[in-house]
Amino acid sequence: MDGIHDLGGIEGFGDIDPEADEPLFHADWERRMWGLALSTFFAGLSNGGQFRHSIERMDAVHYLTSPYYEHWLTGIATGVVESGLVTAGELERRARGAFPLSRESRVVSGSEAPHDAPGRREPCELAVGARVRVARVPTRGHTRCPRYVRGRIGTIVRVDPPSSLPDLEAHGDARRVEPSYCVRFEAREVWGDSAAAAADAVHVDLWATYLEPVEPAERA
Amino acid sequence: MSGDHHHPAEVAPIERRVAALEDALVERGVVDRDSIDQFVRMYEHDIGPMNGARVVARAWVDDAYRARLLADGTAAIAELGYGGPEGGHVVVVENTDTVHNVVVCTLCSCYPWPLLGLPPNWYKSPPYRSRVVREPRAVLVEMGCDLPDGVEVRVWDSSAEARYLVLPARPAGSDALAEEQLAELVTRDSMIGVARL
Repeated sequence: MDGIHDLGGIEGFGDIDPEADEPLFHADWERRMWGLALSTFFAGLSNGGQFRHSIERMDAVHYLTSPYYEHWLTGIATGVVESGLVTAGELERRARGAFPLSRESRVVSGSEAPHDAPGRREPCELAVGARVRVARVPTRGHTRCPRYVRGRIGTIVRVDPPSSLPDLEAHGDARRVEPSYCVRFEAREVWGDSAAAAADAVHVDLWATYLEPVEPAERA
Repeated sequence: MSGDHHHPAEVAPIERRVAALEDALVERGVVDRDSIDQFVRMYEHDIGPMNGARVVARAWVDDAYRARLLADGTAAIAELGYGGPEGGHVVVVENTDTVHNVVVCTLCSCYPWPLLGLPPNWYKSPPYRSRVVREPRAVLVEMGCDLPDGVEVRVWDSSAEARYLVLPARPAGSDALAEEQLAELVTRDSMIGVARL
């Protein structure tokens, strides 16, 4: 989904504000939340795609105005309510107040994932040095293809071992295991001539499904 | 509450919401409090930037190790006993006289936990995640990292399974130092790539 979590390249957030001698946790609830989250991962309560998508579906204003570990709280609570393990009512009763959860998924099953749309080709095997364009498929569900590189052309610099495509595992039982690729994009290709130094580059790791080979004739 | 209209209930304080979720999951046997305590203790005491610093120092004194680290980060950090969650596929990128690397996760907050522990707030914040891919030089200057002319900046967005560690350049004048002393020079920020040593 084109959500607020997909932050690469958005302007308007201002200065970075590092905290000197920052503690690992700023409050005991952060400590509990982090340990609780790791426990739920080991308990197999959600896979990576489900967990990330449960946070991406937070109300956009809530996402931007809440501390980081509140994202984890909201996402994991949403997951256990959606799976039927706990009811929203029980959480509110225990917390003695409202307990905001994330918005409903807009994908009802994995078959609605964009790469399975009619006419979509099978993901291709690519090698280091190959030129690729990032697909511009609409995504209503989870994806790890950042907005800022969609439609852009880059070069594969590393091939990574096959792993589960998050776009599918976030939404149901279907799985597809495929390679992902580290793609180098020249800064000027992504941001335009004036925005970036000619020598600079950004690398994004992208599953095969997100990529289309660029024909030699297109390379000019 | 009185009258005909309903006021929406006030959002419960974060402490009570976290406790509510923990209690509900403990009661169902999904998680237990001892494991939560153990995980917290591990990351508060045993897992943090000191691990990454040991890897970096070893790479500085042992060329063969450095070559293995750059070729297969996951296997090379396992030689020093490091691995685990968020460490299943580690990629190490090396700073040189002509290349400076910097790491981000624009979509969430992916970070090489076994080597650096848990990320600082600024790394997870919208300003860093939005800006460092678009204007890395401005971000680096703002964070006190001045680059010499002619250095190429390479940004690495951890958008899939790989977790990145920057291998900083060994500081000038450190020739006489032993591996353990070298490790003490290595900062967290230098291994994210927002500082040079």
